[in-house]
Amino acid sequence: MTERPREDGPPRRSEPEAARVGIRKTWKLFVGGAFVRGESGRYRPLGGGETCPLASRKDLRDAVRAAAEASARWSRTSALLRGQILYRLAEVLEARRAELSAQLAAGGAPAPPRELDLAIDRVVSFAGWADKLSLLASTVNPVAGPYLSVSQPEPIGVVGLVAPGRPALLGLVGTLCPLIAAGNVAVVVAGEPDPRTALAFAECVATSDVPPGVVQVLTGDRAELVPVLARHLGVRGLDVWDASEADARELEQLAADGMKRVAFRSWAVSAFEDARRASSPAMLERFVETKTLWHPLGA
Amino acid sequence: MSAADAAGAAARGLLPPLGASPPVERVAAEERAAALGRRSLKRAAKVAGLRLAVRCMDLTTLEGADTPARVAALCRKAIAPGGAASDVPSVAAVCVYPSLVGAARRALAGSAVRVASVAAGFPSGLTPLATRVDEARRAVDAGADEIDMVIDRGAFLAGEQERVGDEIELVKEACGAARLKVILETGELGTFSNVRRASDVALHAGADFLKTSTGKIQPAATPGVSLVLLEAIRDFYFRTGRRVGMKPAGGIRTARQALHHLVLVKETLGDAWLDPELYRLGASTLLDDVLLQLEKERTGAYGSLEYLPAD
Repeated sequence: MTERPREDGPPRRSEPEAARVGIRKTWKLFVGGAFVRGESGRYRPLGGGETCPLASRKDLRDAVRAAAEASARWSRTSALLRGQILYRLAEVLEARRAELSAQLAAGGAPAPPRELDLAIDRVVSFAGWADKLSLLASTVNPVAGPYLSVSQPEPIGVVGLVAPGRPALLGLVGTLCPLIAAGNVAVVVAGEPDPRTALAFAECVATSDVPPGVVQVLTGDRAELVPVLARHLGVRGLDVWDASEADARELEQLAADGMKRVAFRSWAVSAFEDARRASSPAMLERFVETKTLWHPLGA
Repeated sequence: MSAADAAGAAARGLLPPLGASPPVERVAAEERAAALGRRSLKRAAKVAGLRLAVRCMDLTTLEGADTPARVAALCRKAIAPGGAASDVPSVAAVCVYPSLVGAARRALAGSAVRVASVAAGFPSGLTPLATRVDEARRAVDAGADEIDMVIDRGAFLAGEQERVGDEIELVKEACGAARLKVILETGELGTFSNVRRASDVALHAGADFLKTSTGKIQPAATPGVSLVLLEAIRDFYFRTGRRVGMKPAGGIRTARQALHHLVLVKETLGDAWLDPELYRLGASTLLDDVLLQLEKERTGAYGSLEYLPAD
């Protein structure tokens, strides 16, 4: 049977296609592997008609709960597999270069392609360090007795990361990856100058093999969120970047009730770009706890 | 019918006949129950509600691995849920299997916390009637203040509702002074109309409390099904003047859910029922979340289970 040409169809349009309906993106918080609107419904304009959500303390509470639920499994995931998952994250970042570059440029980064190169290389570096941490940081201790005494690093659990503002992507990747490579789970408060890049990065995390709950990304007002994070008894560590001296003192006091491990750092952009320093395995050791075992045999 | 018989029947609420149970529309009941959960309780009202939830709690352990020592630890938690230095009130009762009633009784000596025991073939309710009645009697003899029995759902669904009522009456008789909570196991009754019907059967048979579930079957104490029981209790009260208690159990794990159930009671039965004598929350893990919320209201900082006393 031969196909007859259709003669009763609609006339072929010769005019140009009608303009498409614009698709505007709604940026959302990343909590427990899902993208959620802020509980409070508040937003901050980012320019170009886009907004990012202002997380409330209840969003933060939910984020810590999601992280705590993921912690037990992630801390027991073998270090080799954690490294492979981080490498997969690098693959996803590489595949989404165009979008991340555009977000970086929109967020005011001076040289997006170069920052992206460094950020992806940084993920690969920490992917490699994941299963070497215990080799570097474990010891057989010399003890004065008939015992075998060994020490090894263990993740501490939920760590709050108040990410550096600049460089937006390299700073986030360079501080987040060592935390999760070591087996911790993270609640990230994105840097304020360019929160959108952090949310674009969260979309890469969501499409890589990182399990839900291992990384939470919240955007919002640092002054509102970080004190709540510091007082939260379920958060075991607090990694705060770019805090003023007064803020650091206040946060340290708030964190004291829960005996939280707190660290304050502030690096110039060039320090993040210095791969030798910024991808050092010492970055993984900052939020681990050393467990020491004494065994009555083997001396 | 002699005058004395009629008085007894009226007291037990046998009049009017059971056929008067109204049908219940599931969607409407669930919608009304859900609407009552959208209320936002803040600060003082929230703290008062959470403290009431603790006072009304039947702290439950029904594990095969329960030991006297484990029950004793649970009893210590029941007496002082937030630790010795805290002002959190004691719970209403500890609920255990009959073989552990003695251990619970000893551990709770000198406190106002009561001992409740599941009995009468829990959780199936399918053992011979004589052994079920005997089990309830033995649990009371061992020191239980309250007995939680489960109805024979198979008999109920087969239409033998008089038999279900008679069995409840026999167990009630065996309980003596102990109070009887009748578990309907609503997750196995199929429709909300059946739940309402079973509620009426239990109410007319002399139950002191209606209880939704054993906790072994899902769904358990959903807000919708709890509302059906509460309305049956309300209608029974209007008809007979007798106040019967309510105990949702199973699946209530968060402070928010507990407050939702308290709102259901307040709106359906009124303040008189917001009391451990007439209302209980059956739960094993709820207490920890309520304690976390109370601590959050007290200190302003979000807490962690690691800071609560272990069971």
